[in-house]
Amino acid sequence: MINAVGRDIPEEILKITGKEPFMGIHHFDGSVYKKDGPYTKCVINSEGSKMVDSIHDCLVKCGIRDGMTLGFHHHFREGDYVVNMVMEEIHNMGIKDITICASSLGKAHDKLVEYIEDGTITGIQSSGVRGKIGRAISEGKLKGLAIMRSHGGRVRAIETGEVRIDIAFIGAPTCDDYGNCRGIGGKSDCGVLSYSMVDADYADKVVAITDCLVPFPNFPAHISMTKVDYVVVVDEIGNPEKIATGAAKPTTDMRKLMMADYCTEFVVNTPYFKDGFSYQTGVGGASIASTISLAKIMKERNVRMRFGVGGLTKPMCDLLENGQVDALLDTQDFDLDAVESVINPKHFRISAGEYADPFNKGAVVNKLDFVILAALEVDVNFNCNVVVGSDGMITGAQGGHPDTAAGAKCTIVITPLLQGRIPAVCTDVTTVTTPGESIDVVITDYGIAINPNRQDLIQCMKDVDLPFKTIEDLRDIAYSITGKPEKVQFDDKVVGIIESRDGTVMDVVRKIKEFQFTGE
Amino acid sequence: MNPNKKRLRRTMMFLNAQKPGLIKDPYIYKPDSIMLDLEDAVAENQKDAARFSLYHALQEIDYRGCERVVRINGLDTPYWKEDIRCAVAGGCDAIRIPKTERPEDIKAVEAEIQIAEEDFGIPQGRTLIMAAIESARGVVKALDVCEASDRLFGIALSGGDYTKDLQTYITGTGVELMGARQNLIIAARAAKIQCFDTVYTDLNDMEGFRRDVETIHLMGFDGKSIINPRQIPIVHDIFTPAQKNIIFAEKVVMEIEDKREKGIGVFIVDGKMIDIAFYDGAKRTIELAKASGVYKGGL
Repeated sequence: MINAVGRDIPEEILKITGKEPFMGIHHFDGSVYKKDGPYTKCVINSEGSKMVDSIHDCLVKCGIRDGMTLGFHHHFREGDYVVNMVMEEIHNMGIKDITICASSLGKAHDKLVEYIEDGTITGIQSSGVRGKIGRAISEGKLKGLAIMRSHGGRVRAIETGEVRIDIAFIGAPTCDDYGNCRGIGGKSDCGVLSYSMVDADYADKVVAITDCLVPFPNFPAHISMTKVDYVVVVDEIGNPEKIATGAAKPTTDMRKLMMADYCTEFVVNTPYFKDGFSYQTGVGGASIASTISLAKIMKERNVRMRFGVGGLTKPMCDLLENGQVDALLDTQDFDLDAVESVINPKHFRISAGEYADPFNKGAVVNKLDFVILAALEVDVNFNCNVVVGSDGMITGAQGGHPDTAAGAKCTIVITPLLQGRIPAVCTDVTTVTTPGESIDVVITDYGIAINPNRQDLIQCMKDVDLPFKTIEDLRDIAYSITGKPEKVQFDDKVVGIIESRDGTVMDVVRKIKEFQFTGE
Repeated sequence: MNPNKKRLRRTMMFLNAQKPGLIKDPYIYKPDSIMLDLEDAVAENQKDAARFSLYHALQEIDYRGCERVVRINGLDTPYWKEDIRCAVAGGCDAIRIPKTERPEDIKAVEAEIQIAEEDFGIPQGRTLIMAAIESARGVVKALDVCEASDRLFGIALSGGDYTKDLQTYITGTGVELMGARQNLIIAARAAKIQCFDTVYTDLNDMEGFRRDVETIHLMGFDGKSIINPRQIPIVHDIFTPAQKNIIFAEKVVMEIEDKREKGIGVFIVDGKMIDIAFYDGAKRTIELAKASGVYKGGL
């Protein structure tokens, strides 16, 4: 069946998953549903302890068995030890058929490939996967279907009961013996625990794993004791050097600086750039550079930001320090400056649900004026791909891309026209992850294209001195340099689905096929 | 005369001819010229590989109006003749000669270019020459060098080697370069060719770079060699004429053309005495304004 972004979703996949094809970003607006709820054990006896000696004992107490679904967060990013630690124990216990439902997985989890190959893990649900897991899925090694869903989409899937998490594991930088968890105060600080909040609310069993046990009460708690069944202390929950690195030096790459300048010039010429505007940006060099150049113009023109959202980095926290923004709303911290900023009273921790869930009564993304995003590929219909590389291999994550794009009044994607030798602007993206209807502007080093659906933006840019082009022009320039790329060759087998934030199917990912020359 | 001889050359960006990532699309930064280097940036045992990549880049890449200059190896090496053949066959716009000290150097290169143009079917005279002056002797002989060939569009100071020869070093103040800069700009203007200043290598000191460019702009240089695209907007900004100068230049050009028809040689524009000697300078201001995207008039 062809969905609203023109992708052919096999009937068989719709049947297996019970899902519908994507029907547009606002299709479910106003619909009503009843939320799912977890089993909760009543703890009335004040003599009991939540402390458990080992992950193994904890798994036994939680009743681990074949076929369970386990929840994990990715606040420790490439420094995470928790997922591997738990899965190694499960593997040693001979448990099979586990589904991992993580907010994201990365290269830190390459070890899981062994467990995929031996059937310990048969299902993966994540914002995306990088490294060897991505390759293993693309090569068809995962028994079940991989499901890639956005941060908001994950909360929706859990709250609607589409996914039931049997046991959630929360890596906690600090925790007390009764389960009050915080993202700060320990040796592996990640700042916030936003992605875990839905796990704590909806998983049947919740386990806090920490390497820094602190006296009760660990307040104000980021995850409350009222939701935690067990607490385990281990030597290390992560590698601090990879969890929160020092702030990246502002880029000196002229190409990125140029795109950042285009972006800032665009932003300040929209009607949304006025006192009280809101803004979110990613962690790429050009995005960070555009925050820095925007801060300069805000100062010159005496314009204040009402709130900034993130995925936060130093330049956003600098805005708070300099009094240029009233509040930061934080779901994740990418550097030490952002982690340290969490104690600022105007730096607010929010849950992934508050941030981006499309199936609650209104999330922060709906209040965004601007979001600045990146993409692996953008096509002439403005559809973006942020998960599957142009070589067909799963190599990225949706993160909050589709959520913020759908919510923001002005969604800007920055990408160099060529990623190495591969055109980033193309006729058809390899895989659609964010629909073109939610992308307003594409900024490249060769020019800027405004989505023709946004005639209002086209109008207000008509006297602005920026290199405007059509998206087709950008594609043609790219192809004139690289030649028209041959399509990636896929097998018929579907190995994963790209789930829209509302739970419908945006696209499917097929098994990669070894390249064979087809030309004459 | 080759019409490109007098083209605008505010910025000439050095790029290692062997690095695909550098030479694939430098035009996006809008330098007036790029200088594809076969000399110092390329290791001894990589000269042939660099020529290969240079030839294909010149043949395949549309540099979108950006002038393509090739820096060949020194005339005291075994490489320079093959460098010229490769660059000319590829269709480069100009050859830059390093370490030029004598008019004979220019003539030797000119002769090789001529042979290459014949061999590869390139129109005679299409390939221009520029000479880098890198020694005390070169500075002293500058005028002879400037007048050695019709193909020569300009000379450039190469400060690193020059200061070594002078037994000093780059101080950042410009004091060690004063004599050479003066000598070269005077020689170039006497020969009616262009003159370019040396690179500024401290990329962390953009303020120092700006001061350096302001100095050479006031001295009369046509442009500056650059090593990083971040330097381009600064040079172009400094070389962009002020609005009042553009308006004045416009009046001067129009008045001179008008008065010439009426047989009037000397007249007043905005209270200043003007004659034909002002024409070229005013035209140049208009050209610079056009290139900088700030001229909206009809000239």
